[in-house]
Amino acid sequence: MPSVRDLRRKIKSVKSTQKICKAMKAVATAKMSKAQEQVLAARPYARQLHEVLGRVSEGARNVKNPLLAVRDPKKVCYVVITADRGLCGGFNSNILRLTTREIEKWPGVALVPVGRKARNFFRFREWKTDAEYIGLGENVKPEQANEITNFVIKKYVDEEYDAVYLIYSKFKSVMVQVPTVVKLLPVEPPQAEEGAEEAKAEAKSKAAYLFEPSAEDVLEFLLPKYVQNSVFQGLIESKASEHSARMMAMDNATKSAGELIDRVTLQMNRLRQENITKELLDIVGGAAALE
Amino acid sequence: MAEKTQMLSIVTPQRVVYGDEVRFVSARGVDGDLGVLPEHTPLITGLKPGVVRIQKDGKWSSYAVAGGFLEVRDSRVVILANAAESPDLIDVKRAEAAKQRAEERLASKAADIDLMRAKAALMRALARLDAAQSK
Repeated sequence: MPSVRDLRRKIKSVKSTQKICKAMKAVATAKMSKAQEQVLAARPYARQLHEVLGRVSEGARNVKNPLLAVRDPKKVCYVVITADRGLCGGFNSNILRLTTREIEKWPGVALVPVGRKARNFFRFREWKTDAEYIGLGENVKPEQANEITNFVIKKYVDEEYDAVYLIYSKFKSVMVQVPTVVKLLPVEPPQAEEGAEEAKAEAKSKAAYLFEPSAEDVLEFLLPKYVQNSVFQGLIESKASEHSARMMAMDNATKSAGELIDRVTLQMNRLRQENITKELLDIVGGAAALE
Repeated sequence: MAEKTQMLSIVTPQRVVYGDEVRFVSARGVDGDLGVLPEHTPLITGLKPGVVRIQKDGKWSSYAVAGGFLEVRDSRVVILANAAESPDLIDVKRAEAAKQRAEERLASKAADIDLMRAKAALMRALARLDAAQSK
């Protein structure tokens, strides 16, 4: 049975934990709004790039490009994006669970972790990794995405990998982040299939596209860009997801710390009251015995 | 008389830099400079680092663009750039320094330099300076 003093000590320790959680939540909220802005600002570019690629590949059906070459997937590379830090609820474990499930599908797998949590996870399991990207920092720059992209593109062109997938956390909203798998390589050109009206306009404008210098050259230029941007998009979405997941986790932690404090305070007061009553009874009993 | 206009947007991975109805756009394509007036035929081309000039309501403005693409379709011009800046945002000193650095690197002819990268850096710096001057 804990004494009043024990309970008081416990309340104090929970309170200081609660303060830390609160502070972390505030930080995550600030970072999240920044990351969210970045994601939203990057979407128009991604959409345009997607559309342009769709139209170029329409016009350049028979073009050969190493990044379009479909091979039998004997060795498949997974680029796994997680956070560098924990304390963000199920964020990292969701990604890693999905990864574990995904890699069972293929006979040969290569892993490229991005973020400390993924690296440590693979290292702990003694799964070999081909490259590691750690500590990308708060502000993800396109150059960092390019570094990763150039690595996998080179491996792909050298036919070391037969396919490359990206696993990241898609930022749906503050409440919802979805672990997502996308195919990076070979590039699957997006099809123009967004509604009938769009398709009609497509058919009209598709008629005569000028390519300068040529469709092959434009494609050669466009494909790496497209992959780079997919990686970049993955990185910033994952950042935004991480911060919102952490914010939610810390919000929950603050709340349950509050509940715990209330419960223990009640218990402590009850115990204190009980002690006073006991003491009073003692005194009254002692006085009664004297008479 | 109302001029015919076309919709121009300049988009970078970071943000949408420009979006407005304009009269005329010129840019530096991989095969040379090109100008686009409304009702241009559909076109896709790569862009070299350079200055994009825009005419709107008789006034000219320019943007420094660090490589990318230009697409024309249905009188809409879309420039997908790696980076784009309006002249008032360009740090002339930084661009000067970058230019000098790139020139030195090219001149040194050391074996360990990345010639392509140095050249690209030089072109980007020149584009920035160009745009800043034409303010």
